[in-house]
Amino acid sequence: METILFLAHTEADGTLAPAALEALGAATSLSTSLANARFIVGLLGENVTPAAQQIASCGAAKFLGVSGADFAPARYASDATAAAALCQAAEATLVVAPATSRFNRCLPGVAQRVGGRADTHVTQVRATADQVSVSRWYYRQRMEGTHTRTQRPWFILVDPGTHPAWTGAAATVAVEPVAVTLEDAAKRTTVTGFRTPAADAQTIRPDASLLLVAGAGWTKKQADGQTHVPEAEQLILDFLRLTRASLGSTKSLVDLGGEGQAVLSFLSHLNQIGQTGATPRHPKGLSTCCHGEEPHTVGWRFINERRAISLDPNCSWARGKADVLYVADAFAVMRKVNELLAA
Amino acid sequence: MSIAYQIVVCGSIVPDPLQTLTPVTGPTGPGLKNEMMLPAWLDPWAGHALYEAAHLAKNQPGSKVWLVSLGPKAKLQQVMMTVAQKVPFELIALDGAAGGFTDAAETAAALAEAIAALPGLDRSKLLVFGGWESASRGAGATLQILAEHLGITDVFMGVDELKVEADGTLEILERIEGGRHQVSRCSGAPAVLGWATGNLPEPKNNPQIGMTNMRGVMPALQKARSVTVGATGVTFAEVVLPQQQRQTRIVKDAAPDDIAREIVDWIKQ
Repeated sequence: METILFLAHTEADGTLAPAALEALGAATSLSTSLANARFIVGLLGENVTPAAQQIASCGAAKFLGVSGADFAPARYASDATAAAALCQAAEATLVVAPATSRFNRCLPGVAQRVGGRADTHVTQVRATADQVSVSRWYYRQRMEGTHTRTQRPWFILVDPGTHPAWTGAAATVAVEPVAVTLEDAAKRTTVTGFRTPAADAQTIRPDASLLLVAGAGWTKKQADGQTHVPEAEQLILDFLRLTRASLGSTKSLVDLGGEGQAVLSFLSHLNQIGQTGATPRHPKGLSTCCHGEEPHTVGWRFINERRAISLDPNCSWARGKADVLYVADAFAVMRKVNELLAA
Repeated sequence: MSIAYQIVVCGSIVPDPLQTLTPVTGPTGPGLKNEMMLPAWLDPWAGHALYEAAHLAKNQPGSKVWLVSLGPKAKLQQVMMTVAQKVPFELIALDGAAGGFTDAAETAAALAEAIAALPGLDRSKLLVFGGWESASRGAGATLQILAEHLGITDVFMGVDELKVEADGTLEILERIEGGRHQVSRCSGAPAVLGWATGNLPEPKNNPQIGMTNMRGVMPALQKARSVTVGATGVTFAEVVLPQQQRQTRIVKDAAPDDIAREIVDWIKQ
């Protein structure tokens, strides 16, 4: 018999983020598919009561919580101690948790600490009456594997955007506190703050319906033999302002900055999509001035509808990687696109 | 206050990203077709970690960089011919599987054993670096498991910046959701840092560094200990390539105005 622990951390306001509700959806689905499974919720954060009330009707037999000011920040030592305590208190054999940056940091270590194993970036969780299997991607989204494990506890970190979020009514529920004492050694690190780009410079928008990707072509010499980097910057920023799209870039464009070449000033490695960058999830993606080579397009695995603007009709986008390839000058097209959007 | 750090970078090899990869199933589980024939690279994020380590060592006099690398010995040798020209380091080679279908826990155990056995290891000066994920397994789990083996409880993942303050504390920027960074202050070593891209460009090849490194690299490869790394307890049901081929419609010779109109209609759908 499996004991499923849904493990989540709270946000600053004490509630659960959408990624946690998606993982909860996967956990509740597991608990109904597996024969005789026990289902327990474990929460950690400064105050876990709002989160427990938010998911009170999820069908859990018990709600466990580790709370207090020590557990507010996302810090490996305190998070790992709290998560291990929750796992042990629940006597969990399966731990389902959202693959947030906070849990990606600590749960693989927790799995080791409690004698289990972890699978991260899980995109699908399936269960028959007596067996659980998970799917995840390998080689930077170039192949997908499905496997089962014998080790317990088995930590399954569910990638955001891969499962439907749990929905249900809020209610009052009692949270059973799990006592955790942090030693001084667990407080060597202090989270001092966050760095967020200014509102008008924040170009990464994970919830946007459109991804715009800028390639190195924007900074190359154009038909008149000159580069037009300031104009490229303005066209891209205008497009982002008009569409609220998220901005991605190729590695080559970001790297130009480190090589002292003219670059788009608002781009950083955080915008990078592909082999050494992100693999974001957006319904639509528009690529501009990029050839669509494999190291870049592996980052497009979860973009549903793909269009590209490139001067090269034989670029990789033309070989089955985009739905539509416009063979055209991106400067001219995007200038007109912005005019139409602004009209 | 200048601290002479002992910086251990964990990094292995991955197939050249331009290669077509095809999964095959063998007696021990899934692998890549012609895996030993594929040209290999140093894992990109591990590469960033190595360059950051060298940069830190340069700024903290007396510091030393080790590169602990687990992979098939012949492939490691091929990759080291290039990597050794980038920055100064001492190689500790482990001869074993480095494919994507091995378990992070087994890799971490082998790496931890090698690190714990480093002569003169002083944990109060130890910084363990690596890529926050590999380009093969992509789990982002090895370093945290390694930290548990070594008893290190200050772990940072998705690191883009490390600053050593005048009092020896470490200020670390980690990537979090929404294109933001979390800023943390750690009282000092030991710590484990899984690097994202950082801020440094790839160093240019330096034949002099290469000559110096290779004097240590070849003996390290010759005495590389054989380790067994697999995926005990894991049974793969299947490993498949995604059906990603699309019927691309190529629009040529259209006016920018017409293309723009079509794109705007598509965006607004």
